[in-house]
Amino acid sequence: MVDFNRFTLANGLRVLVHEDDTTPMAVLNILYDVGARDEEQDKTGFAHLFEHLMFGGSVNIPSYDEPLQRVGGENNAFTSNDITNYYITLPATNLETAFWLESDRMLSLAFSEKSLETQRNVVCEEFKQRYLNQPYGDVWLKLRPLAYKEHPYRWATIGQDLKQIEDAKMDDVKAFFQKHYNPQNAIMVVGGNVKTAEVKALAEKWFEPIPAGERYLRNLPTEPQQKEARQETVTAEVPLNAIYMAFQMPDRVDKDYQVYDLLSDILSQGQSSRLYNSLLKEQQLFSEINAYLTGSIDQGLFIVEGKLVEGVTMEAAEAAIWKELNAIAAEEVTVDELTKVKNKSESIIVFAEMSLLDKAMNLAYYELLGDANLLNTEIHKYHDVTSTRILEVAQRTFVKEQSSILYYLTAQDA
Amino acid sequence: MLNRTLAPESKQVDEINFIEPLTQQLDNGIPVFTINAGKQELVRIEFIFENVNWDQSKPLQAVAASHLINNGTAKLTARDIAEKVDYYGAFLQTEYGADQSSVKVYTLNKHLAAVLPILRSILNESIFPQQELDIFIQNQKQSLQVSLQKNDFLARKHFAHAIFGDSTYGSNIEAADYDAVQQADLLSYFKAAYKPENCTIIVAGKFEEKEFDLLNNFLGKEWDNHEKSVVNKFEFSGGRKGEVLIERPDAIQSAIRMGALAITRKHKDFPGFQVMNCLLGGYFGSRLMANIREDKGYTYGIGSAVVSLKDAGYFFIATEVGADVCSSALTEIEKEIELLRTEPVTEEELNLVRNYMLGSMLGSLENAFSHADKFKNAYFSGLDYTYYDNYIETVKTITAEELKQLANQYLNPADFTKVVVGKK
Repeated sequence: MVDFNRFTLANGLRVLVHEDDTTPMAVLNILYDVGARDEEQDKTGFAHLFEHLMFGGSVNIPSYDEPLQRVGGENNAFTSNDITNYYITLPATNLETAFWLESDRMLSLAFSEKSLETQRNVVCEEFKQRYLNQPYGDVWLKLRPLAYKEHPYRWATIGQDLKQIEDAKMDDVKAFFQKHYNPQNAIMVVGGNVKTAEVKALAEKWFEPIPAGERYLRNLPTEPQQKEARQETVTAEVPLNAIYMAFQMPDRVDKDYQVYDLLSDILSQGQSSRLYNSLLKEQQLFSEINAYLTGSIDQGLFIVEGKLVEGVTMEAAEAAIWKELNAIAAEEVTVDELTKVKNKSESIIVFAEMSLLDKAMNLAYYELLGDANLLNTEIHKYHDVTSTRILEVAQRTFVKEQSSILYYLTAQDA
Repeated sequence: MLNRTLAPESKQVDEINFIEPLTQQLDNGIPVFTINAGKQELVRIEFIFENVNWDQSKPLQAVAASHLINNGTAKLTARDIAEKVDYYGAFLQTEYGADQSSVKVYTLNKHLAAVLPILRSILNESIFPQQELDIFIQNQKQSLQVSLQKNDFLARKHFAHAIFGDSTYGSNIEAADYDAVQQADLLSYFKAAYKPENCTIIVAGKFEEKEFDLLNNFLGKEWDNHEKSVVNKFEFSGGRKGEVLIERPDAIQSAIRMGALAITRKHKDFPGFQVMNCLLGGYFGSRLMANIREDKGYTYGIGSAVVSLKDAGYFFIATEVGADVCSSALTEIEKEIELLRTEPVTEEELNLVRNYMLGSMLGSLENAFSHADKFKNAYFSGLDYTYYDNYIETVKTITAEELKQLANQYLNPADFTKVVVGKK
């Protein structure tokens, strides 16, 4: 159970406070309701590049990192297809420094040309390090456009290619800031050794003077129901053949989300899971096999991916996966299997309460989904899942016509 | 009117409270160190074993034993173990480290009584079935093939081997080493290493008398393993210096790893070394990051670290940079080291690092698990909590002149091993 208090400033900034006096630290987490899905298709990778620029100095404070480190704090941020999330941890006695820094960059950035130029390079190196210079690193650059045809999830957070990042202009940066980085589009969570009254006073002092800005109204295309199977083959200098299968599934707040999650757990959570035992241990077709959800806010993907044991054909490997998927769509899972994955979900939720930062991030994320208290009621949704619902979901999902399959082959198997 | 150009008042961290463990013993003599803290009804129990009987001709013996220890016992198959652990929502992890191997379990307290008998079986009667070993060999070899395509992996491997040679610290594993793993070797390692005389238990979470009694009940009786063993002990003389270039013509980035043997946590200079390291490459605002990422944009990240193992310490700098700027990056790295050796750090920068490190130490004591980790770091280095008092005192008081001296003493690029994987 993660307790919290909640209030909204006059400019629309939503603030949540989680008091935890077992730690001498404090966390200030700000989630901006913008991600790669909000980009234009010829300017992809921009939300993430922008995240880097948020550390390049703000209108009144030339350096973001230095004053924070000077009071014993640390920070970082991440961008996904859905959100951009910034966080600070610091000794609670120095909490006000976090308010000072975060409010100034919400007010306005310095928009320095030098910072833009450097961060363009840094992000290009990140693109190379994580996506281009790694075996299988570009899988999601291939799989997304195969599985999505309309929705902007068809590009990855890092962007479609290096060129679009290299071309980013200062005017684009300013426009993006205007559009997305204002109080109405943000959720702030302050947690740790803090009191709500103190947080409220600091929030009113540092954040309330920031103009509300315009509310961004998201209007993204819905991904149409897929009617035909899609298949693509790529080859690369990799040592093993691999297969990636993507199936359409509903959005994050759909009533069946937890059913999908448990379905993926039964298939692939831990060494007792079905795919691990059947495909890796018994049939020895794969050296790695996994099933998971992308967990995106809009319509997501149910992914099954594996690396093949040398000598196994792609056809045999794919057929063996289908056999498992068809089996779980044909017969209800057992009582023990269901209890097992529910117990595991309960553990994961309780263990996540060990970390102050995780709690703060989760509160912000669930608030974005509609209500921070969904974090505390999530466990009931898992308990309510039945084997019948899992069967129905498996039947709806594991359909050839709704699959997008990527064969990732070694150069010699091409 | 709010003046946003002025930083709010702040304080240096002055009080850092460590939770010291309660020390107990099981009936069979295994020491148990418990950090009983936290609100959640959960616990982490680690069974830690010193690595023993190092045999250079069987470099994967201990690794494979650690990996396969939960893959079948006299009473339970690999699948039974996995089913039971998962059924109770627990997490069972085996870990092979340079000096110790561990078996850890994370569980909610309400399932502790159901989970401990599984641990008893694993630690007493593992049989390492041949079929599981075969699968392990096949899949690890495949996974190694993928790793060998990663520049940073290759850099790590070649660097470790250059400074630590054919010891377990530098083990230069190849596919053939997996093929050589024999079931009999795993069994003999199991009997020699996984025994009460070689075991330390570290507990963190909600753990009171009732839970201790359960632990003692299941793991405090005699164990089956008692074979003789010698705890690993290594000596190193400095390693191979100079440059190693692993060419990969298609690389668009090059991985760089450079450094040398250094001191361990037991050495009086270790805390000062940590301050020096922090300054150079130990945090986001470090000199290497400020220059090579934030000014030049050569890399997504660069850092340095000082690592203390039981029988050796080492220092390294690591990064992945654009292949076209690799030489420039190397030049800038050397410039930063030279600066540290010749120019005293300003009070302003030093104060920043002091405050950052103290805040970071405070923040690293987040929960019962992290308090237990702090205890382990000291305990397995043969130190007690005065190590942390000394560390904090050093961070607060070390001078610019002392840091310069340390840099001259320990950071000499002429003594470094420099590995570049990719293009130069």
